[in-house]
Amino acid sequence: MAKTVWSMCGMCSVRCPIRVEVEDGKIKWIEGNPHLLGGALCAKGSAAIALHKDSERPQQPLIRRGGRGAGKWDPVSWETALDYVAEKINNIREKYGARAMMLSCRGGPWADLPKAFIHALGSPNFTNHDSACGRNVHHACKTLYGVGRKGFIYDIKNTKHLVLFGRNILASLRVAEVQQVMDMLDKGGRLTYVDVRQSLTGIKSTNFMQVRPGTDYALALGMIHGIIKAEAYDKEFIEKYTTGFDELVSFIEPYDVNWAAKECGIKVGRLKRFIKEVTEDRPKVVFHPGWMLSRYRDSFYASRALSILNVLMGNIEIEGGQQFPKTPGDCGIKGLRTLDSQIPKPEEKRADGVGWKYKHFDKGPGLFHLFYEAMATGEPYPIKGIICYRHDPFNCFPDVTAQKEALDNCELIVSIDTHYSEFGWYSDVILPESMFLERETPIATQKGPKPRFILRQRAVEPRFDTKPSWEIFKRLADKLGAGEYFPYNTIEEYWNWQLEPTGYSIEDFNEKGFVSLTDKPIMYDRDNLDGKFKTPSSKIEFVSQVLKEAGLPSLKPYESPQKPAKGKFRLVFGRSPVHAHGHTINNPLLHELFPENSLWINTRSAAKLGIKEGDLVDVIAETRKGTVKAHVTDFIHPEAVYTVHGFGRQVPLQSRAYHAGMSDQKLQEGLLQDMDPAGGGLCLCEKFVIVRRSSRNPKRRVEL
Amino acid sequence: MNKYMLYLNSKRCIGCHGCEVHCKTNKELPVGPFLCEISHDPLTAVKGVPKTEFHFRSCYHCEDPYCVPICPTGAMIKREDGIVYIDTDACIGCMACAGACPWHIPQFNPATGKAVKCDYCMDRVDKGLKPACVSKCTTHALKFVTLQEV
Repeated sequence: MAKTVWSMCGMCSVRCPIRVEVEDGKIKWIEGNPHLLGGALCAKGSAAIALHKDSERPQQPLIRRGGRGAGKWDPVSWETALDYVAEKINNIREKYGARAMMLSCRGGPWADLPKAFIHALGSPNFTNHDSACGRNVHHACKTLYGVGRKGFIYDIKNTKHLVLFGRNILASLRVAEVQQVMDMLDKGGRLTYVDVRQSLTGIKSTNFMQVRPGTDYALALGMIHGIIKAEAYDKEFIEKYTTGFDELVSFIEPYDVNWAAKECGIKVGRLKRFIKEVTEDRPKVVFHPGWMLSRYRDSFYASRALSILNVLMGNIEIEGGQQFPKTPGDCGIKGLRTLDSQIPKPEEKRADGVGWKYKHFDKGPGLFHLFYEAMATGEPYPIKGIICYRHDPFNCFPDVTAQKEALDNCELIVSIDTHYSEFGWYSDVILPESMFLERETPIATQKGPKPRFILRQRAVEPRFDTKPSWEIFKRLADKLGAGEYFPYNTIEEYWNWQLEPTGYSIEDFNEKGFVSLTDKPIMYDRDNLDGKFKTPSSKIEFVSQVLKEAGLPSLKPYESPQKPAKGKFRLVFGRSPVHAHGHTINNPLLHELFPENSLWINTRSAAKLGIKEGDLVDVIAETRKGTVKAHVTDFIHPEAVYTVHGFGRQVPLQSRAYHAGMSDQKLQEGLLQDMDPAGGGLCLCEKFVIVRRSSRNPKRRVEL
Repeated sequence: MNKYMLYLNSKRCIGCHGCEVHCKTNKELPVGPFLCEISHDPLTAVKGVPKTEFHFRSCYHCEDPYCVPICPTGAMIKREDGIVYIDTDACIGCMACAGACPWHIPQFNPATGKAVKCDYCMDRVDKGLKPACVSKCTTHALKFVTLQEV
């Protein structure tokens, strides 16, 4: 008889709630949680079974033998591996102090555990992957509203018009969100899509603007201009909740729609039609501020302009607009107990400078790439040990060579992951985590109109000698004399400890896999949002005091992006719905669907280079080269070439993914410290590459 | 008379290929055979927006299937409700069925050495459930339709 196990998918970072059917210790069926997703799940979710069955993942703890990256490993027991790591950490702590240790994780609902671990060691240096992801968007929100990008959720289902700048929402595939987009379109809603190429999302759009790469900010400024001139904004809301509107009005003066259309290379009629549509649809218009937003030099300001457009719509805390995510507290329920809050905060300054050198950045996770500077220069102090927990910096940060140079100053590199990450392959120790169907995770809070507690239960026993992270960190903390901060021995004890203040028990999760904290969606009183905007003035700040203090403009004059030199293209990247970046490339079933990436190139540009559909092309940076097939299409801007991120992996034990396709981040040479000074994100789309027809397109083949 | 049909609402389909993997994992298929497939037309601009249509294809469960009479062991069977399925115990993997099918729908399963094809997940259908591709379709674009005579 099959039994139901409630869990959360771990194939990508969305973590859709799932129901797993298990019979005789075997997984029979995985589907989206029927109470939340109606059973729906994406290809990656179903392919979790293939991951579980796949043996091309670390099967026991490994300690490096030979040079870093040489790929020679000693399989060891957990006890040996943890003793080894603990001894190294103790040496580092004695020699350089606890602050010389850092930990980076992917982020997400379970960051409490790794964060608590590094804080329990006495180091303030907790970070995550976000400076290669959503940091610009986060800081743009923060300097405007005083709350970060997770400070709002978008009620897409009920909106009349969703505006996406390069947010390929249907390929990024958060199942619940995708369903909302399709429901919205079914109800006759409008979708405006802006990108340098056509995408899965763009084909569903009602208005598509293919802009010149790097001109997002210009288009957003033109939209602000058009909307202000048409007086299509919520005057009452702006009067009540914002400061600096007059500055915005005078700043925007030169950036009219004609200018914007010309700068972006689109027809002005399209932009005018858009302004007219928005006038009809407001306030139920949502401008998505971007997830990572294509990363040009001014993307922080582009994202900030998109958030300003939301404010102009007055779409905050309305149906079909942006809503504050509600917390357990809003339901009169105490939140889950967290490990990190029990630990004395390390008083040391962060090695990435966030909070003291860079006061305008969010201290929470800081900025990962700045730790490389500390490793390389020893300033403000040396970083000598790094633990990456389900985070592969070699796959998400640019210029792997530069990263390795910095890492060579470290005395300890540890990777905790379910699969062989490229970073793991270069590390000293791999501590293999059980894949998500083989492990439990702590209970998480999901904020929203109807907040809930949710958990991941163990569906099947680990196939290999792997452990769940709650056990890895606990055992390591025990060995380092910090076990007191992890007051549990089993996951049940941990869950109960988390739940104690809430009044719920673990049995409450049995029925649906989650606990809903309210029956009806909660909305705040829109006429009384005082205290919700955590800026210095407690208002939405078009002109940010925080930025002003940092000597940075809030409303930055537009500068036209650099054009590629002759024969060069701007390299942009994105994703496909069947892969979660580099995480899934080696999955047997997903690899079967999408084994290697290609290079999208505009038809006219390709013709000039003699490149035809399917030809192999070399994509060349300074010292690196990738060779993939060309996809020749009208639907990409001639200045750009595009590829799907995550390919070109170089872990030999991942036989399917090994050298399949091309890695964009390895071509991003010189971009590791190319940081947006206002947003903190890396300018990942500021790379120009040479493209040529590969000499591997033989006219003759000389062979027996 | 066929009782069932799979229908794709192309407007809701986002081309995520979820159905293909839902099917493969439910049938425990190895790398190789696909029992259903999403495809799309080349993009063409419609009112300035490059668009495409998605198509879903699995077995058509023909009214009068060529694959059934050609099977030398009688392993290919058409049920009363129209579902054409393979009795795997009887199948010898000769693949005559694939040769007879105008669309080469039956495929060889290297894991079992036998033919395999879409059977609308009849074990699920018989339990009152829907085929795997429909149950888990990301946007609920795929529908399992019961046909009615009018």
